[in-house]
Amino acid sequence: MDYLLFGYFAGVIALTAVFVVAFRNPVYSALSLLIMFFHVAGLYVTLHAEFLAAVQIIVYAGAILVLYLFVIMLLNLKTDDRYHSQWRAAAVVGGALLIEFLVLLAGSLSAPPAAVPRVDIETGDNTLAIGETLFSTYLFPFEVASLILLVAMIGAIVLAKREVPETPAS
Amino acid sequence: MTELSLRLAVSLAQIAAVMGIVMLTVMILTLAERKVLGWMQDRMGPMEVGPYGILQPIADGLKLFFKEDIVPAGANKFMFSLAPILAMVPALIGFAVIPFGPSETIELFGMTIKPFVISDINIGVLYILAFASIGAYGIILGGWASNSKYSLLGGLRSAAQIISYELNVGLAIVGVLIMAGSLSLVKITDAQAGGFWHWYVFAFPAPQIFAFVVYVISAVAETNRVPFDLPEAESELVAGFFTEYSGMRFAFFFIAEYANMVLVSCVAAALFLGGWNAPYPGTILAHIGLEPFAWIEGVAWFTVKVYGFLFLFFWLRATLPRLRYDQLMKFGWKVMLPIALANIVVTAIAMYIYNQFK
Repeated sequence: MDYLLFGYFAGVIALTAVFVVAFRNPVYSALSLLIMFFHVAGLYVTLHAEFLAAVQIIVYAGAILVLYLFVIMLLNLKTDDRYHSQWRAAAVVGGALLIEFLVLLAGSLSAPPAAVPRVDIETGDNTLAIGETLFSTYLFPFEVASLILLVAMIGAIVLAKREVPETPAS
Repeated sequence: MTELSLRLAVSLAQIAAVMGIVMLTVMILTLAERKVLGWMQDRMGPMEVGPYGILQPIADGLKLFFKEDIVPAGANKFMFSLAPILAMVPALIGFAVIPFGPSETIELFGMTIKPFVISDINIGVLYILAFASIGAYGIILGGWASNSKYSLLGGLRSAAQIISYELNVGLAIVGVLIMAGSLSLVKITDAQAGGFWHWYVFAFPAPQIFAFVVYVISAVAETNRVPFDLPEAESELVAGFFTEYSGMRFAFFFIAEYANMVLVSCVAAALFLGGWNAPYPGTILAHIGLEPFAWIEGVAWFTVKVYGFLFLFFWLRATLPRLRYDQLMKFGWKVMLPIALANIVVTAIAMYIYNQFK
């Protein structure tokens, strides 16, 4: 059952990920991305990480992708052909990734799979576990990450903000 | 296998019951809104269909069902059909984690069933937030696919509005989550039992009054209701994102809007007003010896709270003029967001001190 679900989610993720770059219409790409986010969330649920699944949907599907759609519609890109003939760059990146994949596959075939402790979805509190880990073991990286995000936010405001002239330009 | 199929059957029955109740509530709401607005404006409201106009929702439904389904020329057909579904599904799916009544379990065919909640998952609140945010897609895509300027502008406005106010909804809820220590709506509701002074709006040590106000205002904004109904401002945008929709597709958007109203009312009742808990300790039916029927009182209280909120929606609509778009954004980011953030800080400190001295 687990393998069946994983196969389904992984298959749909791979397929929609390809669709994201394959569609000519950017709105269709965004929708494929939406389907992909949902299946990634589904994958988290099968791993009993339901908190991550919900956050995945809220953050990526609910906020970031809506902003993408917003930009796509404001720019009104119907079909932009400028970026559709980059197969040389794609071949280089794809080749590197393929080699990496093969190396990883060879490594994982020899090593035994690590035992993952399972938390029961009815009793285990996934949210509590994540919260305690974040604020004890990984407190410093967590704070650093939030600081970096704050800097990025301030940077975006500084870049976007323009000084309003005192008197309207004549 | 039989156990699995039995469980499936029970779940499907629960889903069917909840869907039926939600749809019925939406039907009642369409009539109630027009009646309440009518009374507030010294009119009678709909009076023609049935005695006192009470069959009006059925007439409306039949009309929408039989109307011609028009797809505008130049519209993206696939997206145009997909958008109403994308708007309606998230609005209905959230009801899966709402506790409608007492959380006691009953034994049926040898398995334990929670009769008043379809699924008590331990991330209930996040689940609702996640699907509420998906509702924006239906609106944006509906606006885009219609191939109409008004629709597109309505869709874009709604996208900006929903993102801004969703944040405030999420942050307003955090105070309650800190006090309850759980994300499960069932556990949060159970923690508020024993009188209205235990409800999180009033509860010691950190009454969530500010969070409650922020939540209610943001919820009105997130459901695109007056005074925040800029995505469908008639005077500027004809009808906003569903300008080009007719027949059943329009009905889907319509049902989605009302179902969203019911959903945010249910969440507000469950998180801030004690859900199905009566404003006094225990229940009257239990005190006078009718323990097995105590659930009726719980469900009744929940219904009263939800309908109170829904009345508030109508009341606002009859009272307030529409905000201007920049006012809406300023209000969301410069007023509501700081209040919600301050509430989280104050609640966290209060809970910390309270737990130290407990």
